[in-house]
Amino acid sequence: MSRDITRNSSNPPDPDESTATLSPTPAGAAPVPGASGGATAIPDAAGASTAVRPVTPAADETNVYVASQWQLMWWKFRKHKLAMAGGVVALALYAIALFAEFLAPTDPGLVSARYTYAPPQRIHFIDRTDSGISLRPYVYDYRVAIDPQALRRTFVIDETKKIPVRFFAQGTPYKLFGLIPGDRHLIGPVESGRPMYLLGSDRVGQDVLSRLIYGTRISMSIGLIGVFISLILGITLGGISGYYGGRIDNAIQRGIEFLISIPRIPLFLGLAAALPQNWSPLRVYFFTILILSIIGWTGLARVVRGRFLSLREEDFVMAARLDGSSEIRVILRHMVPSFASHIIASLTLAIPGTILAETALSFLGLGLRSPINSWGVLLQEAQNIRAVATAPWLLLPGLAVVAAVLSMNFLGDGLRDAADPYR
Amino acid sequence: MLQYILRRMLMMIPTIIAISIVTFIIIQLPPGDFLTTLVAGLASQGETVNQDAIVALQERYGLGQPIYVQYWKWISGIFLRGDLGQSFEYNRPVSQLIWDRLGFSAALAISTLLFSWLIAFPIGFYSATHQYTPGDYFFTFLGFIGLAIPEFMLALVLLYVSFKYFGQSVGGLFSPEYVDAAWSFARVGDLLAHLWIPVAIIAVGGTAGLIRITRANLLDELNKPYVVTARAKGLSESRLLTKYPVRVALIPFVSTVGWELPQIISGEAIIAIVLNLPTTGPLLLRALQSEDMYLAGSLIFFVSVLTVIGTLISDIALAYLDPRIRYS
Repeated sequence: MSRDITRNSSNPPDPDESTATLSPTPAGAAPVPGASGGATAIPDAAGASTAVRPVTPAADETNVYVASQWQLMWWKFRKHKLAMAGGVVALALYAIALFAEFLAPTDPGLVSARYTYAPPQRIHFIDRTDSGISLRPYVYDYRVAIDPQALRRTFVIDETKKIPVRFFAQGTPYKLFGLIPGDRHLIGPVESGRPMYLLGSDRVGQDVLSRLIYGTRISMSIGLIGVFISLILGITLGGISGYYGGRIDNAIQRGIEFLISIPRIPLFLGLAAALPQNWSPLRVYFFTILILSIIGWTGLARVVRGRFLSLREEDFVMAARLDGSSEIRVILRHMVPSFASHIIASLTLAIPGTILAETALSFLGLGLRSPINSWGVLLQEAQNIRAVATAPWLLLPGLAVVAAVLSMNFLGDGLRDAADPYR
Repeated sequence: MLQYILRRMLMMIPTIIAISIVTFIIIQLPPGDFLTTLVAGLASQGETVNQDAIVALQERYGLGQPIYVQYWKWISGIFLRGDLGQSFEYNRPVSQLIWDRLGFSAALAISTLLFSWLIAFPIGFYSATHQYTPGDYFFTFLGFIGLAIPEFMLALVLLYVSFKYFGQSVGGLFSPEYVDAAWSFARVGDLLAHLWIPVAIIAVGGTAGLIRITRANLLDELNKPYVVTARAKGLSESRLLTKYPVRVALIPFVSTVGWELPQIISGEAIIAIVLNLPTTGPLLLRALQSEDMYLAGSLIFFVSVLTVIGTLISDIALAYLDPRIRYS
């Protein structure tokens, strides 16, 4: 029944139709929030008029039949609470990456020999003084103590001295997006230069929080750019493989099987070790991404190939071909839109793998290197047990990795479910 | 069956050739040739360099000749003479350095595989038969966490916890007194006492994936008509489950070895570096850092070949278990 209705609303494939009508699957077949059991037949005119109104899922079940594919996906995605939460976290991480200069309390490269391995401070928002309670945030200062066992200078929180902090504090100047000059930071000491290490400091007295925030930019962008390169390789090779089939398909499939069958980390290590030590950090960054995506494209290529193979037989592809569309047009205009949603879901699921691989490489010292900050570079500080025992807060970047990977996985899972019209 | 095994083994040949080419490229990647580096290194230490030795090395590796000649000299050396080249850092033939470590790597990989089966099967089974119960959600969540935590993070946290709260180090595969001891029952016992930590850590990622596959597969089976029929006949629930659905759901345990093994070997490489295990990982890292390329290349080559052989064995086992595969 729902099939009949979609037939009504989708005209014979026309090259310039929207993606929704080109979809091989009847849009109405997808379960949608608010739509209960038996669908009622709607006259075409009514369906057309509801399409222009802003659509709410529960308001009118007839909307289901005229909603675009993306709208259906969004409705379904919204029901998936974990995926929504993952999406929010992922967006937040990218926002942090975008506004790193403003969010970081200080310059991540700022070395302070006076405060090495300083423990994290806690922000206190309510200041209780003799004269009463006031809402002035502050952190406690440090004092030097000698570790009786190791006979080493350590820093401990000194609860007698307060360092007032404030929001939008003046600090090191920066250029947001490389364009807009500024010197306000989200939070910082009122008097510039007083020690404030909310997540502690590292071996050379750099602020771990600031490095973590800048590291978010590198790690998250590696995920994104790496997956983008994988996408190009995957779509091209997977597309060729699935569209032409036969011997070319066979050759590409054997290649993919080969790449999957060898352990990645030793291969990554071998390739990454070949990057010359004297290259500029930016160049190392791009080549690291390139190495990660050379091996990472295989999964995507398989998805694309599978889709191409099944779509090739669809009626609307045949119709487009009979209309005289060129091969390129058939692929780009008719086939790609109908599996774009699947691709986006697979892409999202591929990002965490890239982030993890970069973290592992940099952790071992063969990927990115200081002065570039990525989560893996930060974790490199925690490589030996001595450092971890002295400063366990150096493991905190690991939590960022877990948060990023987990949120991306949930988001990708939700997108995949939402993109599948049969679930 | 024999025909299938033969065909499958023939298919391995191009894969191994491809691996050898990739490995050779990696060996060649660092700029300059190793001989120049070697001579410069020796000269800087004030040692005189014997001209005859240089000529002999040039001849042995085909230096200065076309790249395919060099490749042929290298690969034929491996297969015809067991010559893997010279490790310049250790100044010994590579073949003397790697076999022990490859053995430990293989032992670790196999233990990890068995361990992940041991964990994944009961949990996957429970999750499928108790779908949407708190227990199912708990394990699903745990599985996601397992997938998200980088293995080396787990190892680091474990190191930290055991150091901080138990005052001992968990690194290595042997207690100090057994490191250089001859093989004995006591030494094997000591090995097992140390082995479970890296095994558990490496298994985390793969196990999570395996649990999800087992659960999905068993759920698929449980909804099939034959299960309904069996239930309608009055078969007890436990007998019903073990008779057919579980058998079918066990297939992925064998069929996923092909992608699980590379993952385990990869994880092992990193974990071994963090926990300082005597496997291929730390040696590979050292070799790459000091551009000891014949050692690094041999390690990558043999680790990959081991993986391919593991996959071959799992494919044969799968064909034995599932007739649909050997006749298609």
